[in-house]
Amino acid sequence: MLIYQHSRSGRRATAQAPLQTADLSAIPKRFRRQQRAELPEVSEMQAVRHYTRLSQQNFSIDTQFYPLGSCTMKYNPRGCNSLAMLPEFLARHPEAPADHSQGFMACLYELQEILKEVTGMQAVSLSPAAGAQGEFAGVAMIRAYHDARGDKARSEILVPDAAHGTNPASAVMCGYRVRETPSGADGDVDIEALRRLVGPQTAGIMLTNPSTLGVFDRNIEAIATLMHEAGGLLYYDGANLNAILGKVRPGDMGFDVIHVNLHKTFATPHGGGGPGAGPVGVSERLQPYLPVPMVAREGEHYHWLTEESCPESIGRLSTFAGNAGVLLRAYIYARMLGGEGMERVAEYATLNANYMLKRLTDAGFDAAYPERRATHEFILTLQRQAKELGVNTMDFAKRLLDYGFHAPTTYFPLQVPECLLIEPTETESREELDGFIEALCRIKQEAEEHPEQVTGAPYNLPVKRLDDVRAARELDLVWRPDNN
Amino acid sequence: MSDIPNELRYCRTHEWVSSAEDGVVTVGITDHAQDQLGDLVFVELPEIGDPFEAEAECAVIESVKAASDIYCPVAGEITEVNEALMDSPELVNDDPYGDGWLFRIAITDEADLDSLLDADGYQEVLDA
Repeated sequence: MLIYQHSRSGRRATAQAPLQTADLSAIPKRFRRQQRAELPEVSEMQAVRHYTRLSQQNFSIDTQFYPLGSCTMKYNPRGCNSLAMLPEFLARHPEAPADHSQGFMACLYELQEILKEVTGMQAVSLSPAAGAQGEFAGVAMIRAYHDARGDKARSEILVPDAAHGTNPASAVMCGYRVRETPSGADGDVDIEALRRLVGPQTAGIMLTNPSTLGVFDRNIEAIATLMHEAGGLLYYDGANLNAILGKVRPGDMGFDVIHVNLHKTFATPHGGGGPGAGPVGVSERLQPYLPVPMVAREGEHYHWLTEESCPESIGRLSTFAGNAGVLLRAYIYARMLGGEGMERVAEYATLNANYMLKRLTDAGFDAAYPERRATHEFILTLQRQAKELGVNTMDFAKRLLDYGFHAPTTYFPLQVPECLLIEPTETESREELDGFIEALCRIKQEAEEHPEQVTGAPYNLPVKRLDDVRAARELDLVWRPDNN
Repeated sequence: MSDIPNELRYCRTHEWVSSAEDGVVTVGITDHAQDQLGDLVFVELPEIGDPFEAEAECAVIESVKAASDIYCPVAGEITEVNEALMDSPELVNDDPYGDGWLFRIAITDEADLDSLLDADGYQEVLDA
């Protein structure tokens, strides 16, 4: 039910201050609205109940296990949020002079230093306001590097077929042509195919390691050597950093530039539609091109690095220092964990994924890469169930909702048919993991004995199967009460 | 079992090509491709007059599952695009070899057609 359907003319929230008619005489008539705004007219109680009911119908990390692969839906400590909301942070005006912002700038400076250490890069800029913006900044720096050397022939960026869709999009936004590199049967980049694609036209490669296939690419050093010998650079998509935090560093693998999704790994919820933060880290040769502003320290004093001090910078991605609230939460989280805690994040994220993979394959599910150990996530393929029982991955996913679990990622990565990409994260208890495993096993049994029970799911939710085809074909973003 | 008409030529990337008429061929995606993609919701076609090399990305089709690039099967210049797909992308699902065609291209070298797969060859790709 929409809130407009509760609306009755003249109804208002009586708990608020008495109604006053505002004096609009100072606003010229031509700027004033001629018709009433089409806002719902409801009591305060109705508004509270309406939105509370909606929130109860939602699945969220606060209410359900949420193993959405490639999204790292983990618990974000409330303490990080409380500290980031201290009034001294919240009330700081973005144009406040550096002298009045030393505490805030000290946090950002230390976060830059922590991210340098975690990623093994030479320098970090925090300003990109999301993962995709971090990617854009990263590729723009690769471009700036080649341009500064007068190396104009490099027109291509290589992207593995398992990559997130944002990778090729970022490369195209920076004016590059995208060449897709295939994955081998074991999930690693097919290095012979890569060798054929690399040449003087190659500006760089964008890799996620561990990859979206849930495996750590064992050839990464060979790939780095191959690229560097050809004069290309390596871009690291930090989407799966949770798996390697404190264990292995992209800088040590040979990467030249990286972006980190603070809103996945560092205490800001992911998948909520923002805000995010996608800081970029670079090796020495890309340092001059980092986006501004950044924070520098001289003695005990912090100051901003801007266009004047960094003339070769690719420029600004946002007016100020990125999403300050997200950066502060990340800083607090990193300080709470320390180096030792970060290692535990990677260890438990990986242990939980491997525990689930083992139990599920023992129960008769097919792993997409059976000979490989999982990283922080793994892929099952339900191709056999789809073929033999007529119950596909989407049916399993919908039925999981009835059992009270958010479904894993479905049908991604694209090259694994009928796949479920499962990422438990480090913050779930063993009981929670077992509950999910048992639910999947029961659904498999249902599919074998009464397939229609699964293909007809969900049964316990306010809405059943949605018509996503019609929603995409007849896109309607402007809902109005009068034409419905 | 997907439909693979004998009179057409095919690419490994699941495009089909008609035989040339006055140097112009029609291009679409195969029944297998539309089945794998699921219901199409959007098709982005090239501009008339655009030149393409063989295997160059020349169009994009989007289903509820994924967005996929279409590779130009042969080198040439676009002469016509299927405007009906703008409003009715489902034509590709309903009739991939007929009303769901994507574009027509004036082929640079008709010998290029010989390097494409025939129906049996494409069937082997699907069976592999």
